[in-house]
Amino acid sequence: MERREVLMLGAGAVVALGLPLPAWSAADDAVMAYTGGSDVLEGGVTLDAPEIAENGNTVPIRVSAEGAEEIVVFAIGNPNPGVATFRFGPLAGSQEASTRIRLAETQDVVAIAKMSDGTFHRAVREVKVTIGGCGG
Amino acid sequence: MAENVKPRVKVPSSASAGETVQIKTLISHQMESGQRRDADGNVIPRSIINRFVATFNGETVIDVVIEPAVSTNPYFEFEAKVPESGEFVFTWYDDDGSVYEDTASIEVS
Repeated sequence: MERREVLMLGAGAVVALGLPLPAWSAADDAVMAYTGGSDVLEGGVTLDAPEIAENGNTVPIRVSAEGAEEIVVFAIGNPNPGVATFRFGPLAGSQEASTRIRLAETQDVVAIAKMSDGTFHRAVREVKVTIGGCGG
Repeated sequence: MAENVKPRVKVPSSASAGETVQIKTLISHQMESGQRRDADGNVIPRSIINRFVATFNGETVIDVVIEPAVSTNPYFEFEAKVPESGEFVFTWYDDDGSVYEDTASIEVS
Protein backbone atom coordinates (compact mmCIF):
# COMPACT_ATOMS: atom_id res chain seq x y z
CA MET A 1 0.00 0.00 0.00
CA GLU A 2 2.74 2.36 0.97
CA ARG A 3 4.72 1.61 -2.16
CA ARG A 4 1.66 2.19 -4.33
CA GLU A 5 1.03 5.56 -2.73
CA VAL A 6 4.58 6.61 -3.42
CA LEU A 7 4.21 5.54 -7.03
CA MET A 8 0.94 7.44 -7.38
CA LEU A 9 2.52 10.55 -5.95
CA GLY A 10 5.36 10.20 -8.40
CA ALA A 11 3.00 9.84 -11.35
CA GLY A 12 1.02 12.87 -10.19
CA ALA A 13 4.16 14.95 -9.96
CA VAL A 14 5.18 13.96 -13.49
CA VAL A 15 1.80 14.99 -14.87
CA ALA A 16 1.80 18.27 -12.94
CA LEU A 17 5.30 19.15 -14.07
CA GLY A 18 4.94 17.73 -17.57
CA LEU A 19 2.02 19.87 -18.73
CA PRO A 20 3.28 23.45 -18.69
CA LEU A 21 6.03 23.21 -21.29
CA PRO A 22 6.51 26.80 -22.45
CA ALA A 23 8.55 25.81 -25.52
CA TRP A 24 5.72 23.70 -26.82
CA SER A 25 3.01 26.26 -26.27
CA ALA A 26 5.02 29.06 -27.90
CA ALA A 27 5.67 26.86 -30.91
CA ASP A 28 2.07 25.69 -31.04
CA ASP A 29 0.98 29.31 -30.96
CA ALA A 30 3.31 30.09 -33.84
CA VAL A 31 1.97 27.18 -35.88
CA MET A 32 -1.63 28.06 -35.02
CA ALA A 33 -1.05 31.70 -35.92
CA TYR A 34 0.25 30.58 -39.28
CA THR A 35 -2.44 28.05 -40.16
CA GLY A 36 -5.27 30.09 -38.60
CA GLY A 37 -6.38 26.95 -36.77
CA SER A 38 -7.00 24.95 -39.96
CA ASP A 39 -6.40 21.22 -40.00
CA VAL A 40 -2.82 20.33 -40.80
CA LEU A 41 -2.43 17.10 -42.77
CA GLU A 42 0.56 14.82 -42.35
CA GLY A 43 2.64 14.18 -45.47
CA GLY A 44 2.78 15.95 -48.81
CA VAL A 45 5.87 17.84 -47.71
CA THR A 46 9.42 16.60 -47.34
CA LEU A 47 11.83 17.89 -44.71
CA ASP A 48 15.41 16.65 -44.87
CA ALA A 49 17.63 17.30 -41.87
CA PRO A 50 20.47 15.37 -40.27
CA GLU A 51 19.53 12.99 -37.48
CA ILE A 52 22.48 14.25 -35.44
CA ALA A 53 23.91 17.75 -35.81
CA GLU A 54 27.27 18.17 -34.12
CA ASN A 55 27.12 21.94 -34.40
CA GLY A 56 23.75 23.59 -33.81
CA ASN A 57 25.05 26.82 -35.36
CA THR A 58 24.73 25.51 -38.87
CA VAL A 59 22.37 22.64 -39.56
CA PRO A 60 21.61 21.97 -43.24
CA ILE A 61 17.92 21.47 -44.07
CA ARG A 62 15.96 20.98 -47.29
CA VAL A 63 12.22 21.43 -47.71
CA SER A 64 10.15 20.38 -50.67
CA ALA A 65 6.41 20.19 -51.37
CA GLU A 66 5.03 19.87 -54.85
CA GLY A 67 2.24 22.36 -55.45
CA ALA A 68 3.07 24.51 -52.42
CA GLU A 69 2.64 28.26 -52.46
CA GLU A 70 4.90 28.59 -49.48
CA ILE A 71 6.71 26.48 -46.91
CA VAL A 72 7.33 27.67 -43.35
CA VAL A 73 9.96 26.13 -41.10
CA PHE A 74 9.69 26.14 -37.30
CA ALA A 75 12.30 25.03 -34.76
CA ILE A 76 10.11 24.04 -31.84
CA GLY A 77 12.86 24.19 -29.18
CA ASN A 78 14.45 27.53 -30.12
CA PRO A 79 13.86 30.73 -28.10
CA ASN A 80 11.85 31.95 -31.12
CA PRO A 81 10.33 29.08 -33.09
CA GLY A 82 10.22 30.86 -36.48
CA VAL A 83 13.08 30.01 -38.87
CA ALA A 84 12.15 30.97 -42.43
CA THR A 85 9.26 31.26 -44.88
CA PHE A 86 9.87 30.28 -48.50
CA ARG A 87 7.38 31.75 -51.00
CA PHE A 88 7.60 30.31 -54.47
CA GLY A 89 6.99 32.63 -57.42
CA PRO A 90 5.80 31.87 -60.95
CA LEU A 91 9.37 31.17 -62.10
CA ALA A 92 10.25 28.73 -59.31
CA GLY A 93 11.65 25.60 -60.97
CA SER A 94 10.34 23.47 -58.11
CA GLN A 95 8.81 24.01 -54.69
CA GLU A 96 12.05 23.15 -53.01
CA ALA A 97 14.74 25.03 -51.11
CA SER A 98 17.80 24.36 -48.97
CA THR A 99 19.41 26.49 -46.29
CA ARG A 100 21.34 26.25 -43.02
CA ILE A 101 19.73 26.95 -39.67
CA ARG A 102 20.53 27.35 -35.97
CA LEU A 103 19.19 24.94 -33.38
CA ALA A 104 19.57 25.75 -29.67
CA GLU A 105 19.21 22.14 -28.53
CA THR A 106 17.91 18.73 -29.54
CA GLN A 107 14.41 19.31 -30.83
CA ASP A 108 11.76 18.79 -33.50
CA VAL A 109 12.01 20.80 -36.69
CA VAL A 110 8.65 21.29 -38.40
CA ALA A 111 7.91 22.24 -42.00
CA ILE A 112 4.39 23.37 -42.90
CA ALA A 113 3.46 23.75 -46.55
CA LYS A 114 0.55 25.89 -47.67
CA MET A 115 -0.77 24.36 -50.87
CA SER A 116 -2.34 26.28 -53.72
CA ASP A 117 -5.72 24.70 -52.80
CA GLY A 118 -5.46 26.28 -49.33
CA THR A 119 -4.71 23.11 -47.35
CA PHE A 120 -1.79 22.80 -44.95
CA HIS A 121 0.60 19.88 -44.83
CA ARG A 122 3.28 19.13 -42.30
CA ALA A 123 6.48 17.16 -41.78
CA VAL A 124 8.47 16.78 -38.58
CA ARG A 125 12.07 15.68 -38.07
CA GLU A 126 13.87 15.35 -34.77
CA VAL A 127 17.44 16.65 -34.83
CA LYS A 128 19.81 15.74 -32.01
CA VAL A 129 22.16 18.65 -31.33
CA THR A 130 25.55 18.14 -29.68
CA ILE A 131 26.55 21.82 -29.36
CA GLY A 132 23.70 24.33 -29.23
CA GLY A 133 23.58 27.25 -31.64
CA CYS A 134 21.84 30.16 -29.96
CA GLY A 135 23.13 31.58 -26.68
CA GLY A 136 26.51 33.22 -26.14
CA MET B 1 26.62 45.87 -40.28
CA ALA B 2 26.89 47.38 -43.70
CA GLU B 3 30.59 46.58 -43.96
CA ASN B 4 32.07 43.26 -45.09
CA VAL B 5 28.81 42.11 -46.63
CA LYS B 6 29.54 40.27 -49.84
CA PRO B 7 26.90 38.45 -51.87
CA ARG B 8 27.89 35.47 -54.02
CA VAL B 9 25.70 33.62 -56.50
CA LYS B 10 26.16 30.58 -58.67
CA VAL B 11 24.02 30.46 -61.80
CA PRO B 12 24.70 28.46 -64.99
CA SER B 13 25.71 30.67 -67.93
CA SER B 14 23.47 28.89 -70.43
CA ALA B 15 20.37 26.69 -70.57
CA SER B 16 17.75 25.52 -73.02
CA ALA B 17 14.35 27.25 -73.12
CA GLY B 18 12.03 26.22 -70.30
CA GLU B 19 14.78 24.34 -68.50
CA THR B 20 14.99 24.24 -64.72
CA VAL B 21 18.32 25.49 -63.41
CA GLN B 22 19.89 25.17 -59.98
CA ILE B 23 20.87 28.36 -58.17
CA LYS B 24 23.05 28.75 -55.09
CA THR B 25 23.40 32.01 -53.18
CA LEU B 26 25.42 33.04 -50.16
CA ILE B 27 25.93 36.37 -48.46
CA SER B 28 28.56 36.99 -45.82
CA HIS B 29 26.74 38.39 -42.80
CA GLN B 30 27.11 37.73 -39.07
CA MET B 31 23.32 37.32 -38.55
CA GLU B 32 23.45 38.52 -34.94
CA SER B 33 20.44 36.74 -33.43
CA GLY B 34 19.63 39.12 -30.56
CA GLN B 35 19.89 36.15 -28.17
CA ARG B 36 23.59 36.45 -27.37
CA ARG B 37 25.12 38.46 -24.52
CA ASP B 38 28.46 40.24 -24.43
CA ALA B 39 31.09 39.82 -21.69
CA ASP B 40 29.23 42.31 -19.45
CA GLY B 41 25.96 40.42 -19.74
CA ASN B 42 24.25 42.93 -22.02
CA VAL B 43 22.15 41.56 -24.87
CA ILE B 44 23.82 42.12 -28.24
CA PRO B 45 21.10 43.69 -30.39
CA ARG B 46 19.65 41.73 -33.28
CA SER B 47 21.14 42.52 -36.69
CA ILE B 48 20.21 40.13 -39.47
CA ILE B 49 19.28 39.86 -43.12
CA ASN B 50 15.50 39.57 -42.83
CA ARG B 51 14.48 38.94 -46.45
CA PHE B 52 15.92 37.48 -49.63
CA VAL B 53 14.30 37.73 -53.06
CA ALA B 54 15.32 36.21 -56.38
CA THR B 55 13.69 37.38 -59.63
CA PHE B 56 14.22 36.56 -63.29
CA ASN B 57 13.34 39.25 -65.85
CA GLY B 58 11.19 40.88 -63.16
CA GLU B 59 9.22 37.77 -62.19
CA THR B 60 9.61 36.20 -58.76
CA VAL B 61 11.47 32.94 -58.39
CA ILE B 62 11.59 32.77 -54.59
CA ASP B 63 10.91 35.19 -51.75
CA VAL B 64 12.24 34.18 -48.33
CA VAL B 65 11.34 35.72 -44.97
CA ILE B 66 14.33 35.14 -42.70
CA GLU B 67 14.31 34.86 -38.91
CA PRO B 68 17.35 34.97 -36.58
CA ALA B 69 17.42 31.14 -36.63
CA VAL B 70 19.03 31.21 -40.08
CA SER B 71 22.79 30.65 -39.77
CA THR B 72 25.64 33.13 -40.20
CA ASN B 73 26.35 33.77 -43.90
CA PRO B 74 22.82 32.84 -45.07
CA TYR B 75 22.88 30.25 -47.83
CA PHE B 76 20.01 29.36 -50.14
CA GLU B 77 19.76 26.77 -52.85
CA PHE B 78 16.72 26.51 -55.12
CA GLU B 79 15.59 26.00 -58.70
CA ALA B 80 14.33 28.43 -61.34
CA LYS B 81 12.58 28.10 -64.69
CA VAL B 82 14.17 30.09 -67.50
CA PRO B 83 11.72 30.69 -70.38
CA GLU B 84 14.09 33.02 -72.27
CA SER B 85 17.48 34.70 -72.00
CA GLY B 86 17.67 37.28 -69.29
CA GLU B 87 18.94 38.37 -65.95
CA PHE B 88 18.51 37.12 -62.42
CA VAL B 89 18.42 39.79 -59.72
CA PHE B 90 19.12 38.71 -56.15
CA THR B 91 18.28 41.13 -53.33
CA TRP B 92 19.02 40.85 -49.60
CA TYR B 93 17.40 43.19 -47.05
CA ASP B 94 19.32 44.05 -43.86
CA ASP B 95 17.71 45.02 -40.52
CA ASP B 96 19.69 48.28 -40.68
CA GLY B 97 17.94 49.27 -43.92
CA SER B 98 20.81 48.32 -46.23
CA VAL B 99 19.91 46.51 -49.42
CA TYR B 100 22.47 44.28 -51.16
CA GLU B 101 22.06 43.23 -54.76
CA ASP B 102 23.75 40.86 -57.17
CA THR B 103 22.84 39.90 -60.74
CA ALA B 104 23.61 37.04 -63.10
CA SER B 105 22.79 36.68 -66.79
CA ILE B 106 21.84 33.46 -68.49
CA GLU B 107 21.82 32.70 -72.23
CA VAL B 108 18.86 30.57 -73.33
CA SER B 109 19.08 28.77 -76.68
